[in-house]
Amino acid sequence: MEIKKVSSAGTLESSDILIKVEKSDKDGIYINLESPVKQQFGDQIKKVIKNSAKIVGVESAIVTAIDKGALDCVIKARSLTAFHRACESYDYKWEKNNER
Amino acid sequence: MNDRLRRTMMFVPGNNPGMVKDAYIYKCDSIMFDLEDSVSLEEKDAARYLVYNSLRSIDYGDKELVVRINDPRTETGKMDIKAMVASKIDVIRLPKTESVEDIIICENEIEKAEEEFGIEIGTIKMMAAIESAIGVLNARDIAFASNRLVAIALGAEDYVTDLKTKRYSDGVELMFARSMLLHAARAAKLDALDTVYSDLNNEEGFINEVKLIKKLGFDGKSIINPRQIDPIVKIFTPSEEEIEKALEIMDAIEEAHKKKSGVISLNGKMIDRPIVLRAERTIQLAKAARVL
Repeated sequence: MEIKKVSSAGTLESSDILIKVEKSDKDGIYINLESPVKQQFGDQIKKVIKNSAKIVGVESAIVTAIDKGALDCVIKARSLTAFHRACESYDYKWEKNNER
Repeated sequence: MNDRLRRTMMFVPGNNPGMVKDAYIYKCDSIMFDLEDSVSLEEKDAARYLVYNSLRSIDYGDKELVVRINDPRTETGKMDIKAMVASKIDVIRLPKTESVEDIIICENEIEKAEEEFGIEIGTIKMMAAIESAIGVLNARDIAFASNRLVAIALGAEDYVTDLKTKRYSDGVELMFARSMLLHAARAAKLDALDTVYSDLNNEEGFINEVKLIKKLGFDGKSIINPRQIDPIVKIFTPSEEEIEKALEIMDAIEEAHKKKSGVISLNGKMIDRPIVLRAERTIQLAKAARVL
């Protein structure tokens, strides 16, 4: 899936994360992360963002993430939204929740 | 008797991560994630994804999980239903219900999604919010429109605007709607939920309204702030005297069953079915409030 426009999702409010997605000339997902817990959870946050890119099918993008203490589920939700918006794709892949 | 209590149904704006993640902390009976009016048009996708992902990773305990969707005639509403059925939400709340057709359209979308995700047909329940004069007049038919319905709720802000009036502290403007909804709900054996009370700083007004709706027979109320939970629970909790009387009635029934007696009496008075049902309800409320 190709990035068609610069897009973002999320806010700078507590417990949220602002994700901005831009087109990249290179392959791969490059993430600039700002987070109060970067040292402890930086790798995990990046992993969630990269995994979300994979779900949407994005292989090349520059991501700027400003974290305000978001849970993994919030990071995933904001990343998926931002990638979909950037690709102008509305082909959401809903999956059955087997935990409930 | 419906074994789930719906005294407090707390609205949680679907695009607010702080509130979505913390909602499990509060002792409300139901959490209602809102994808409709509290979410701007351009953020509908973000809210849907947020609620969808939160439902997969946050343990909300035994609370009933409800989502208020957008109009199921729109693509946004259809997408809400698909995502929420996949998430296995307990109840889909349909806003601005005006007719049986509204219920059927929503139900069809739910059924399609249940089929798609391999969920047993009928698993996801529905609740209809009635927010207009035509909706109130059609309440009876709406209440009987689907086996999925577990409750009907009054949405007063839109309703009073439709009536060309506004909310008053004594609730006189809602008298007909509340009575109509309650009768429709009871006739169809559904729960009846009252509208929100938006003036958070008027505690006295809020308490008066809760007392009024309890007297009328409502099962509970939609709320917009955790602060409103305790006063409702307190008002809906039976008194010691009421609990004692209910227990005596239940004991008398047990005694009569042991004696294989068809007639049940307590202190010389006959106990008939309505008295038993009221006693059961009292005990249910007392247990839920942990005073029994």
